[in-house]
Amino acid sequence: MSTNGAGAPLIELRHIKKYFPINKGVLQREVARVHAVDDVSLAVREGETVGLVGESGCGKSTLGRTIVRLLEPTDGQILFRGQQIEELGPRRLRPLRREMQMVFQDPYASLNPRKRVGSIIGDPLKIHSIGDKSQRKATVEQLLEAVGLSPEHYNRFPHEFSGGQRQRIGIARALALRPKLIIADEPVSALDVSIQSQMLNLLEDLQNEFQLTYVFIAHDLGVVRHVSDRIAVMYLGKIVELSPAEELYERPIMPYTEALLSAVPIPDPDLARKRERIVLEGDVPSPINPPSGCRFHPRCRYATQVCKEIEPPLTDYGNGHLAACHHPLNVDAATLAAATVSRQTPRSAGEEAKPRDTSGSSDPVRGDAGSS
Amino acid sequence: MAERLLDVEGLSVQFATEDGLVRAVDGVSFELERGQVLGIVGESGSGKSVTAMTIMGLTRGVNARFEGSVHYQGKDLLQISDTEMQDYRGNEIGMIFQDPMTSLNPVYRVGEQIVEAIQAHEDVDKRSARRRSVELLRQVGIPNPETRVDDFPHQFSGGMRQRAMIAMALSCNPAILIADEPTTALDVTIQAQIVELIGRLKDDFNSAVIMITHDLGVVADIADEILVMYAGRVVERASTRDLFYDPQMPYTWGLLGSIPRLDRPRPERLYSIEGAPPSLINMPKGCKFRPRCPHAFDKCMEEPRLEQRVEAAGHLDRCWLDVEYKRAHRDAMISGESTEAA
Repeated sequence: MSTNGAGAPLIELRHIKKYFPINKGVLQREVARVHAVDDVSLAVREGETVGLVGESGCGKSTLGRTIVRLLEPTDGQILFRGQQIEELGPRRLRPLRREMQMVFQDPYASLNPRKRVGSIIGDPLKIHSIGDKSQRKATVEQLLEAVGLSPEHYNRFPHEFSGGQRQRIGIARALALRPKLIIADEPVSALDVSIQSQMLNLLEDLQNEFQLTYVFIAHDLGVVRHVSDRIAVMYLGKIVELSPAEELYERPIMPYTEALLSAVPIPDPDLARKRERIVLEGDVPSPINPPSGCRFHPRCRYATQVCKEIEPPLTDYGNGHLAACHHPLNVDAATLAAATVSRQTPRSAGEEAKPRDTSGSSDPVRGDAGSS
Repeated sequence: MAERLLDVEGLSVQFATEDGLVRAVDGVSFELERGQVLGIVGESGSGKSVTAMTIMGLTRGVNARFEGSVHYQGKDLLQISDTEMQDYRGNEIGMIFQDPMTSLNPVYRVGEQIVEAIQAHEDVDKRSARRRSVELLRQVGIPNPETRVDDFPHQFSGGMRQRAMIAMALSCNPAILIADEPTTALDVTIQAQIVELIGRLKDDFNSAVIMITHDLGVVADIADEILVMYAGRVVERASTRDLFYDPQMPYTWGLLGSIPRLDRPRPERLYSIEGAPPSLINMPKGCKFRPRCPHAFDKCMEEPRLEQRVEAAGHLDRCWLDVEYKRAHRDAMISGESTEAA
């Protein structure tokens, strides 16, 4: 947790789209497109942690990879410290690679099993020709200590480590080049809860020590709340709600957020039995042919005719809390009247379709969800 | 009292390896009644999966040694032959594994795999076995089961594969369903669906469930009783309410404090249990949790027995600390505000 609010954007996304073509037949003609990320605008300020949440297939990982240009955006602009980077060639991109690093989900698959820990962490330094051999070794040993491993692990192989320790190696590798921005893609999802808490505390310590900016991707709102300053909820390639962390839990506006919150298990048997779970039926629809209007409408319990026809714009409810919904929750009449359509809204959304009514209040964490 | 299905008594499982004897499970006892949900909670390597697999007869091998007994409706499953065991496995006790991505065979259609499971245990023709498969897929909530039954596993999403696994485990109406980390690889929304499904099916099939997980939050609203395991031992055993509202083992406090909770204000730091679980070959002396326990004292060099130390009947733990002391000091660990021992 770090300074909230202040600071210029370190990275800014403007109307980013990432479509994957589906080719078929002998001529490999494009027959359809997967709309993995569909017009997302988001600014991440220096020193802040932005959580990116959603179910599998919502485009959160694709967005993360597009930010660091592991994937090329189909359309839109990426600005790093105000400099446009989406069209830079590999050579001009290289110095920027030092500033942006990734931590991956699966600690078993993301480390080369045939390399020693020393070279896994040290290779980024070698590629960017930083220091000589002995300096690099010293740096790697410092990094091992910073992530809670011991310098003696330098010559070991990944298989000699547990899942949690491997994830620490992955973090040390990401830190090697002293980046400003780290995209952590589900860094704790594959770990036991006890190891998960060690890892979350470690990421927090490292943020203070190295002045890092995080984009933290996860499907678990409990984990995301613990690390984030702001949270963006994604559904089928779009940001449907963006809010300061605590506010998202106190008053979710988008019904999808409400459902996600109510799915998080609560380690309190009486409360867990009392609260109503909004179980979302079915899986996320196919991003090849996303539903019309609001993409969440087929699974939404408040959906009406307008939701099927018009895509709701991302509306600003004040205090940096944005949501895209025709029937917002937890919004009073005054706030609704003062709300304006955000600049970050997707271009395809109905600008004039600002929501007119609310769906009442809801507290999906402590129970009594959705009294309309 | 409900019908007693399973009686595990003093179960120990040891594996002889090149590095030495691995004491995977040590003196585990519990009972399971029809309609009951038992949660087994612990970190990786605590012996929870080995316990489950031993009940299923899946740890039998040349290097495995067993002690104690596993009585299923009066019969000791540790003593029967491998062939006899096959009648119990699947028929009487079904199991769902953690990873739905790897536990279905990718080159066979989902339906064929369920048909195979049915025909392995019952003398039915392919047609009616297939009809049963469709019905099972419908019961576990697969849309359009008539057509989806002919899909290959890769055409199913993660949640659907886990549903298909559950359908397969239920195909022979087992009295006991063992779910080993059934939700760990899934999204929270799908997790909630699967937990709800297991709870509902337990009633539909009138069976009992053993739910194994590393996350106490998952079993909070489904389990009737919970065993907390550490280093192959049961370190605390209590009804779900007692375990959450009056936990006695510092290890349980640590597990509770590790969960980022939505129902409480956000702590500055989560509690994290320092270090790693002990090696099962070379265990520490005395209480096995002692090296990681912030409250350890002299007496912990001697291993405490699993016994009742509080008022509530059936609430057992392995901790020497005074009950009043524990009640006064556990909140620091559970709510994660401070990591120091008081």
